Amino acid sequence: MQTLLFYIFAGLTLLCALLVVANPFSRNPVTSAMFLVLTIASLAGIFILLDAFFLAAVQVLVYAGAVIVLFLFVIMLLSLKEEERRQIRKFSLITGLISVVAITAVFARAFLSGKLRRPPPMPAVAGGTQPLGELLFSQYLLPFEIVSVLLLVAMIGTVLLSKRTLE
Amino acid sequence: MNTEDLAWIILLLPLASTVIITLFTQRDGKFSGKLSIGAVVLSFLFTIALLFALSESRVVDARSIEWLSIGDFKIELGLRLDPLSWLMLLIVTAVGGLIHIYSYGYMHDDPGMGRYFAGLSLFTFAMIGIVIANNFVQMFIFWELVGLSSYLLIGFWYERPAAADAAKKAFITNRLGDFGFILGIILIWSRLDTLKFDELQAHLLKTPGALGTASCVAGLLIFCGAVGKSAQFPLHVWLPDAMEGPTPVSALIHAATMVAAGVYMLCRVFFLYSATPAWPEALSFMSDWTALDLIAWIGVFTALLAAVIAVQQNDIKRILAYSTLSQLGYMIMAVGLSSPGAAMYHLSTHAFFKALLFLAAGSVIHALHHEQNIWEMGGLSRKMRVTKWTFLVGTLAIAGMPPLSGFYSKDEILAASSHRPLLFLVAALVAVLTTFYMFRLWFVAFGGNARSKLAEEAKESPAVMMWPLRILAILSIFGGLFGINAFVARQFEAARPGAQVIHLSLSERFFAPFTESPLGALAGLAAFAFGLSFAYAIYGNAKTDPIPEKLRILSRAMRRRFYFDELYQFLIAATHEMLSRLANWIDQWLIAGLGVRGLHGTTEGFGRVLRLVQTGNLQTYTFLFALGVAVVLFIVLMP
Amino acid sequence: MTHVPLEHVLFVSAGLFLLGLLGVIIRRNLLVIYMSLELMLNAGNLALVAFSRFNNNLNGQIMVFFIITVAAAEVAVGLALIVALYRKRQTVHVEDLTAMKL
Repeated sequence: MQTLLFYIFAGLTLLCALLVVANPFSRNPVTSAMFLVLTIASLAGIFILLDAFFLAAVQVLVYAGAVIVLFLFVIMLLSLKEEERRQIRKFSLITGLISVVAITAVFARAFLSGKLRRPPPMPAVAGGTQPLGELLFSQYLLPFEIVSVLLLVAMIGTVLLSKRTLE
Repeated sequence: MNTEDLAWIILLLPLASTVIITLFTQRDGKFSGKLSIGAVVLSFLFTIALLFALSESRVVDARSIEWLSIGDFKIELGLRLDPLSWLMLLIVTAVGGLIHIYSYGYMHDDPGMGRYFAGLSLFTFAMIGIVIANNFVQMFIFWELVGLSSYLLIGFWYERPAAADAAKKAFITNRLGDFGFILGIILIWSRLDTLKFDELQAHLLKTPGALGTASCVAGLLIFCGAVGKSAQFPLHVWLPDAMEGPTPVSALIHAATMVAAGVYMLCRVFFLYSATPAWPEALSFMSDWTALDLIAWIGVFTALLAAVIAVQQNDIKRILAYSTLSQLGYMIMAVGLSSPGAAMYHLSTHAFFKALLFLAAGSVIHALHHEQNIWEMGGLSRKMRVTKWTFLVGTLAIAGMPPLSGFYSKDEILAASSHRPLLFLVAALVAVLTTFYMFRLWFVAFGGNARSKLAEEAKESPAVMMWPLRILAILSIFGGLFGINAFVARQFEAARPGAQVIHLSLSERFFAPFTESPLGALAGLAAFAFGLSFAYAIYGNAKTDPIPEKLRILSRAMRRRFYFDELYQFLIAATHEMLSRLANWIDQWLIAGLGVRGLHGTTEGFGRVLRLVQTGNLQTYTFLFALGVAVVLFIVLMP
Repeated sequence: MTHVPLEHVLFVSAGLFLLGLLGVIIRRNLLVIYMSLELMLNAGNLALVAFSRFNNNLNGQIMVFFIITVAAAEVAVGLALIVALYRKRQTVHVEDLTAMKL
């Protein structure tokens, strides 16, 4: 059952990701944002299937709830019109495909090296809040504090950047 | 004081004179003149003393002072006095002394008199140095010094551009000859390991083949030095221009002594030419000829060329210059015919009568206030008696009328060439031409009536100029009877062991040409007769030169010296042009183009290519980024 | 429990990453490019979680935690930049923003 669920979620993720990038129906950035939400949600599903419960929650909360909303705010703020139908330049397509192929080659190499064939995992890895919290506040305390400082800095930066007249 | 020291003193007296004049007395021309004359006359007296001091063995080879040594190569300074060098020493000091005295009068009013005598003394010093040198290097050093003093004296009136140019031309042409000379010296040293004349002679006597395939080439290269110094074809162009110098300079340097240095040198190293002749592989087509053959032909060709040109020259000094060239050709031809004795004989008599002719010409020029065109003269026989008679003596001597000295020495040369019919004929022809143009000169300048105002007002020159003329005239008349040839032949008897030197009495010497080589003597007489009659016929009472109309183009070519100067000028200009174009091309295309602009362009090109990476387009950057990451990962993850 | 082999999860992650990359290169709206960037980040997250699960190690999940945090901060700043840029240039079309061209 779970295997099937995984594959459904996986397919959904990939499909939505594709639609974020290359939507044949509408070139509105809002559409892309919507599909991004769906991608995040599918990803959260996969996380749950991989026993990362806390992270799944955080993913939905932060990403889908905050980040994408921020995206939408900005899109609305800039009141972007629908992009004119400019042809996808050949150059971009070619370079895109080349880079994709290059990275694919790296991945293929990794996959085909045969080191990934393992027996299926043991059950019950603790991915819940409590174990994560324990680890976070004991071993990773310093990075935690630093990240909070980072968030402060990001806030200040954002405020500064969005001032109308910079004095 | 032994004889060696005496010889060194003879050498160093003129040097002392030069130094003192240059440093101290240059402004006082008269005093400098007296000093210089004193030095030369003293040298002459010492030379005479030397002659009597060594009556027995007449060869002195003084100890050498080692001057420079590099590895095995040693350069020494020493001196060698044998009949040959004695003769030259005598000529240099005697004729030189007379010319010094003459110059005192000639240069009387010239402000640069001090400088002039300094130059003359320097020249005397250098000439004596050549004559008494005992090895090639020493001779070469003094050789160059002689060239230098010639330059200084030709360009004495340096404010005149023609004089400065002539001096340069002389020096450069000489230099060309000296280049060959030094190549020859190096070649000989490389084969025979020594440069001293006596050692070389002994070596070659023992093993005539010691020079191997280089013998003819070395001989020719050494001859190059003579070609330059004695103005043979093709380096003859400097001598006529050298007449820009004062007339006594022309007399001393370009008639009697310096140009004779080439002949002297060939006689000095004549033993080189008796080595087995051989040519290297590359020049094997020359194997029928020896170096001496070439020398003889070049000599006779120069003689002919110069004589033909002289027929149509109108400047008194130019005519004499070409006659010098012609007589030098005779001497060189004599050397080429293996008769160095005859060459030296003619050299000595030539010194007498050529110096005489030049000094007499100087007297004429002086009297006519430096007019030198013979067609502006005329009727001088009435106004300048002593000059006229002495000039006549000189003319007869050079034309070869017996019993004057010129006849005897020319006869020796004709005799030497008598077994080579072609050379003999050309030499005889040159004799005819010599008589012809010399008498043309005499008839036009001294005969007839005055053709210009200057000629009408001519007066005889001062006594100080007349006495040297008289003395030289006497030498020219009786020079043939001193037995110079026997004196010199002793020098060469070692080279030809079979020949015998016969000592003749005075009367025997008088008639020797007729008894020993009748063909030569008769040819000489005939040439004299023909030449004189032609000259009289055409120029006996001529107002203007009749030949240009008769021989139009030929006459013009003769007057223009067969366009040699123009040819050389063209060649030099062409070479110069080519070289400068090449240099320009290299500079423009290789250095500036390839070097500077290439470097600049390459860097710029690189920059321009790399600039294309900076498109400012975010997505290009991303693409390159992704590629880079892929490449790095690939490399890192290689097994 | 899932009996999904590790490669399959990683395939998904790889696919996500490549789609994100493609989006960055092909799309010309700055905001969509940014969204594709987020996709790439998420691909990384997925891979980390997968490895954490299959190696029975919780450190991977901690890592993801931090990544999400930093990504959020980054998005905030990035969007502020885009707003400022829009105010200056009146466009978010990437081809009009080539002031860094030499």
